[in-house]
Amino acid sequence: MKRPNDPIIEIKNLKTYLGGSWVHKDVNLTVNRGEILGIVGGSGSGKTTLLREMLCLTPVASGSIRIFNEEVVNASRKVLLSVQRRWGVLFQQNALFSSLTLLENVAFPLKEHTELDATSINDLALLKILMAGLSADAAVKYPSELSGGMQKRAGLARAIVLDPELIFLDEPTAGLDPNTAAEFDELILNLQSTMGLTIVMITHDLDSLWRVTNRVAFLGEGKVLCVDPMSKLVKNPNPMIQAFFSGPRGRVAEESYQHGGQDHGN
Amino acid sequence: MGHFTWPIFPQYLQNHPIQAILVSMTDQDQIQYDANAHQLRCQGEWDLAHLPHLQQILGSLSWPTQGELVTDGSGIKKMDSAGAWILTQWRDKLKQQGINVDFQHFAKEQQNLISLIQHQLETEGTLPKVTPLPWLGKIGKVTIDYLAQFQKYLAFVGQLSLEALRLVGHPSHWRFPALATVVYRNGYQALPIIALLSLMIGVVMTYQMGLQLRNYGANIYIVDLLGLSILREFGPLLTAIMVAGRTGSAFTAQLGIMKINQEIDALDTMGVTSAELLLLPRILGLFIALPLLTVWSDVFGVIGGMMMSNNMLGITWYDFLHRFPQVIPLKTFLLGLGKAPVFALIIASVGCFQGIQVKQNADSVGQNTTKSVVLAIFFIIVADAFFSVLFSKLKL
Repeated sequence: MKRPNDPIIEIKNLKTYLGGSWVHKDVNLTVNRGEILGIVGGSGSGKTTLLREMLCLTPVASGSIRIFNEEVVNASRKVLLSVQRRWGVLFQQNALFSSLTLLENVAFPLKEHTELDATSINDLALLKILMAGLSADAAVKYPSELSGGMQKRAGLARAIVLDPELIFLDEPTAGLDPNTAAEFDELILNLQSTMGLTIVMITHDLDSLWRVTNRVAFLGEGKVLCVDPMSKLVKNPNPMIQAFFSGPRGRVAEESYQHGGQDHGN
Repeated sequence: MGHFTWPIFPQYLQNHPIQAILVSMTDQDQIQYDANAHQLRCQGEWDLAHLPHLQQILGSLSWPTQGELVTDGSGIKKMDSAGAWILTQWRDKLKQQGINVDFQHFAKEQQNLISLIQHQLETEGTLPKVTPLPWLGKIGKVTIDYLAQFQKYLAFVGQLSLEALRLVGHPSHWRFPALATVVYRNGYQALPIIALLSLMIGVVMTYQMGLQLRNYGANIYIVDLLGLSILREFGPLLTAIMVAGRTGSAFTAQLGIMKINQEIDALDTMGVTSAELLLLPRILGLFIALPLLTVWSDVFGVIGGMMMSNNMLGITWYDFLHRFPQVIPLKTFLLGLGKAPVFALIIASVGCFQGIQVKQNADSVGQNTTKSVVLAIFFIIVADAFFSVLFSKLKL
């Protein structure tokens, strides 16, 4: 059913000018169907900008972004809507609607984009909340009454509620304790395998990068310096990449993965 | 996705389920049901987009009353969690009616998805029930909420007073820049709008009163009426209402957003109390600015009245200004002005209190801003009525 090298996102010659400087000088990146791609890079390397451009939230200076074989740069409302229904997004700050309960938050895309009756919408939303590892008791609470980890899970439940083919995760494990972060990694892997998702995630969490991703794109100097599985990426001689991964934390994450972690993906 | 094929489903056939087998013979249909062989073939796209249609078909077919139903999933091209959910739900429903549903020839991934969903639904399937209160209970709850809110307000005022007393002894903690900003924003910047409105109120009042006075040929008494009403009532009251809308709402929104961003918590952890840096400068600033604005409003109200008297009643500027000090004692002006600090305390304390009470959601900023303005105006008018009674008892 899945073709292995079927590109779901294709970014070509992307340039971005923001706040008086060129954030992206020439970004080329392809995301294949069914893979988990990590995007890393130092602070200010334009990771979040790149994500926002893929989501059509920030305009680009020039270049092309094709998602599901549709050009989304300067796309019409109709094209954009058809693409938007097929992706889900988990924002860094979760972006849950604070005045709605968790269930209403998750049910919101269903109410907007389907013609289901209220019971089915609630049942489906509840199912996604359960799949994201939350209990039914949490469903009637407001986002401010939930812990950080639960809010992340709730954000993820909302991202997957329309059964998207593609989800974007912006720093999914940032601000979580190591245990919760590890559980969240497992949750992402689990959902990816059962629902056949393609995942693009921005993360600084080295454990996550080792555990979850199939390939990692390293952003630097306004370009994608390298796209490789982690095991190859850490051996890349580029000084920026070396500086990023060879710090004490990078080594610990690598060792723990090689000794304790199971081989995943590639 | 892309192409949606909604199979034609004639209304009259829906009511005759026995013929359902005829209905679902087309290739696009997602369900082919053979009632005699107890077999069901699922095919096509079982996803969220087709869910309403699938629900309709599953709901309209009539199932056997007992035995086994073989469901063949080999024809399913695409299934997502919504499709798996409806199959699971349907199987559970038939199981309750005593029919066993056997899923066969589903792809591995689809089986996994179905068992995952089955598992989720079994472990924790239902929402906790929230029972709505009866009407009497609701009234009780609202009353208690209001009383609790009032108690909190009193505690807030008490805490602020203590804080103010503490700061009296520590002049190094007085926040002059913050105070100046409050006076500038809520006093100086409000001058044009207050002037314009007071001028127009003066014009309007003179017009209405002038019409009556002219009937009796008592034109010159407009000076007495206007001076008393503007200096004692309208100047202070209108200014306070304007400022409640302009400043009270701003205080609530500013403090509310700071509360949501945890800026207030951050201040408290740095040993700077929010009262010292945020609340007291606002309250004191308005305490200074509102009386000044009231004087400003008095002046423009009288000027408006003077303009209208000149045009409509033939009272020259000279006559007006000549009579004004003779009939309006200084006491009138001072009594009106004396209310302004009280109004300022009401506006600032209600505005700040509502800001601090904002909860962690966007809705509550809006609600509390509304409350702040409504309650401030309400208490201003209550206080004004109280002053009228008090002054009449004191024969002022």
